[in-house]
Formats: sequence, C-alpha cells, structure tokens
Amino acid sequence: MSAIYILWLRELKRYTRSRVQLVASLGQPVMYLLALGFGLGPVFQKAGGGSYLQFMAPGVIGMTVLFSSIFSGLGLLWDRQFGFLKETLVAPVPRLQIMIGRTLGGATVAVLQGLLVTLVCVIAGFRPVNISLVPLALGFMLLIAMVFAGLGVAVGSSLEDMQGFQLIMNFLVMPLFFLSGALFPLDGLPKVLSAVTMVDPLSYGIDGMRSVLLGRSHYGGMVDLEVLVGVAVVFIMIGAYRFSKIEI
Amino acid sequence: MIRVKNLVKTFGTFTAVNDVSFQVAEGEIFAFLGPNGAGKTTTIKMLTTLLKPTSGSIELDGLNPALKQNEVRQRFGIVFQDPSLDGELTAWENMEIHGVLYHVPHKLRRQRTEELLQQFELWERRKDRVKTFSGGMKRRLEIARGFLHTPKILFLDEPTLGLDPQSRNQLWTHVKKVNEAEKVTVMLTTHYMDEADRVAHRVGVIDHGKLVAQGTPQAIKEQTGAATLEDAFLKLTGSTIRDESAGSADQMRQFAKMWSGGRR
Repeated sequence: MSAIYILWLRELKRYTRSRVQLVASLGQPVMYLLALGFGLGPVFQKAGGGSYLQFMAPGVIGMTVLFSSIFSGLGLLWDRQFGFLKETLVAPVPRLQIMIGRTLGGATVAVLQGLLVTLVCVIAGFRPVNISLVPLALGFMLLIAMVFAGLGVAVGSSLEDMQGFQLIMNFLVMPLFFLSGALFPLDGLPKVLSAVTMVDPLSYGIDGMRSVLLGRSHYGGMVDLEVLVGVAVVFIMIGAYRFSKIEI
Repeated sequence: MIRVKNLVKTFGTFTAVNDVSFQVAEGEIFAFLGPNGAGKTTTIKMLTTLLKPTSGSIELDGLNPALKQNEVRQRFGIVFQDPSLDGELTAWENMEIHGVLYHVPHKLRRQRTEELLQQFELWERRKDRVKTFSGGMKRRLEIARGFLHTPKILFLDEPTLGLDPQSRNQLWTHVKKVNEAEKVTVMLTTHYMDEADRVAHRVGVIDHGKLVAQGTPQAIKEQTGAATLEDAFLKLTGSTIRDESAGSADQMRQFAKMWSGGRR
C-alpha cells in the first residue's frame, strides 16, 4: 500500500512543481471555450440549441481530463527515457502496485486539472443548473480520468520511445476528443458518426457530466456510469498487463 | 549466490550474450569486466529481472529471476550505469521513494538517509531538486540510494563512471564495509582495472558476449603473463577500440528498438 501512496504522491508533486506546464495545459481548453463557445454561440442559439457556452463547458472539461490523464500514462515514456522507470521496476513491489500508484496519481492530477478548467468555465459564464449535483460531475471526471489513465499506461508500456508520440496524438487522442460529442450534440447525427461516437468512451463521460450539470443527456446518466466503470476496469486491466510485460 | 549457466540473449540477429556461465559465491566480490558493448549490462539486466534470457538458466539465491520476480527483487539492490533518478524531486524525496519501495521502516529510513547523504556530501543539498545537480552529484546520490537498504546481492554497473577520486574511494570503502560486515555479495562492472584488482575477489572477462577468462585477479595475470590486470585485460580482449564505444546503453536501446520493431 505504501508503494501505491508514494508513487501517487510523486505524480502530485511533479504536477504542482511544474507551474509552466500547469499554465500551458490550461491554454488549449480556454482557447476552445472562448473561441468556439463565443464564436459558434449565435449559430447554436439560432438553431435552437440554447447557450453554446453552457453546452460545451462539460465538453471542454472532459477534454482537459482526457488530455491530462492520457499524457500521465504516456509519462511512462519520459520515465523510461530518463531512467526513473527502471528504479521502480526492479523494486521488490508487485508491478501491479506500481502501475496502480502511477495511474491513481495521473488520474488525480487530471481531475485537479479538470476542476481548474471548471473554474475557468464558471468565470466565463457557465452555470450548472443544479449546484447540488456538482459533486456527481466530479465523480464523472474521476471516471474519465481512470479510463484514459489506464489507456495511457497501456499505450505507454507498448512504445519504446517518444517517436510514436505524434502518432498517438493524431490517431488516438484527437479523434477521441472530436468524436465524443464534446463539441456537438449527439442527437440526430448521421448513422456512421453516431456509431463512432458510441464506441468512444469519452462520449459517455461528457454525456454523464451534461446529465448532472445541465440536466440533459443522450444516453442517460446511469448508462454513462455503467459504461465508464466497465471501460475503466477493462483499460486498467490491459494497462496492468502491458505494464507487467515491460522489458528495458 | 549467483549461478549462471549457458546464458544467451539475442536481439534480432545480434547476440549480445553468448553462452555465458559463471558462479558467484556468497560474500564474494565479483568484477565483470569487458569492453563497451561486450554484454555486461545485458547480463546484469537479465540477472535483475529487467530482461528475459533467450536461453540458459539463472539462479539468484536459488531462485529464477524470470519466474520468481518479486522474491528475487527482494534480494538484490542495484546501482545502474545510466541515471535513474527523478529530476523533479529533491535528493531527499528520491531517497524516500526508494526507501518506501524497498520496505525500509520509517525511522531507519530517515536515519540511514541522513547518514548516507552526509557520507556522500549531499546533505546540504538535500532539499534541492535533482535536476539542478551536477553529473557527479547525481552519481553520488544514485550510489547513496543503492545503499539505503541492505540487500543480499548488490549489483554495481559501472558505479564509478564520472566520479572524482574522493567519491570513488568513499564508494569502494563502503562496498568493502558492507561486504565484510553484512556478507553482501557484490557483482560489479567497471572500466578501471586497478579498481577491480583492488576490490574484487574474482573477476570475469567478457568480450563479444563470450566469457573469455575468469578467476582471481592474480590467476588472470599469471594466465596471461601480464604484470597488471589492465595488461591482462588488453591481452585477452585485444587493443582495438570497439565501434560500439558510443556507449553500450545507447546501443542497447537501438537493439531493443530494432528488436521490438521486428516484433510489431
């Protein structure tokens, strides 16, 4: 247990110490929120969708959690490059504990990052319809974070160096974001797109957050919850398996 | 304590370790010598559960590292050839993580960390992040960390690389101390033959993945008719410089990449 704790703490310390990275990682969500939120607002309003800023705020929060958690998993590649990974791999601690410590740490950081962006959204004018349900949104953030931290570890364990990073970014992370309904409503989509959004776990995360923050949902909050829990378990298991197979 | 038989490791078509057999008795200091890229680090990686052998058998304290990973990891400590510190954390925190991972009790951990940081003259800088340290300081911290817990077997992979004579002296004094007082078995690699001659009870010379000689430093000198271990080493391995001299770590990575590229 103490191994899990110390590795969790390490992720947190690394996060709070790199202020530059912290600020930099806020840049992208803020840009989306301001440029799209206000830019597409009038069109969305005319189409009868209501306030676009309200609608996309959960999407931007979900995006932040997605990026942050998946990169925490890929942080494995850094640790491999700079050698710290070896130190943990030869330690007399089951690799499962090491993987769990790292993953929980990464997920916690992602949630913190998500909370920061939530704050930015509120400043920009976002208002949850029911304040008492906000803690549930936090739960959804944590689930998104677990899903993608698990995925990040699975992918990070399978790559040898940073060269695959661009590939992951363009063919995994960005599609996960764009095909999730973070930016558009899931109702009435063309069949193909609708099918694709259904296999993107982030869709359920963002839909879940919308259901508790806005009281509107495509799949229904319970479905979102079940899917996320299921996918999180599967991804973390795959991640743990891949992690246990790392050779240096 | 360490028993290696017909050990082979290949990366694709390259054979890094070719049919190596040796034994290290309990309480012995064994120096593993060889030019760059000879297969020293690869052998140590297989001994320390980081790589799986292609064929052959390994026993550490009677256990197979490929099968009983956790039990084996309980028994050894290692100082790596290339850095393995977290630069974002302080010296103290790096020691702390190590202590927790190796189940060193809280009080003992603090006490030993202080002793070791004092000894390797890093105490004043304990609250500074490791990324601000010089190469020599990082090296010292890495060695101090390796001594935080007391393993049955200690692996030192080129521990003195980039160290000044003072720190080197500290290191070997400490190695001898734990070896004598706590019967720790030590397996080390180094490029400094005088160190091996001074510290090791027995040496093994590896070249192109093959073990070409092993015995006491004295025996190896007599066998080759050389006055010093360095001369004996050159006689055994030839005096040509290896193309691999870019550094065996880089090379390893390259081979690992090639190898996994073929797999995927």
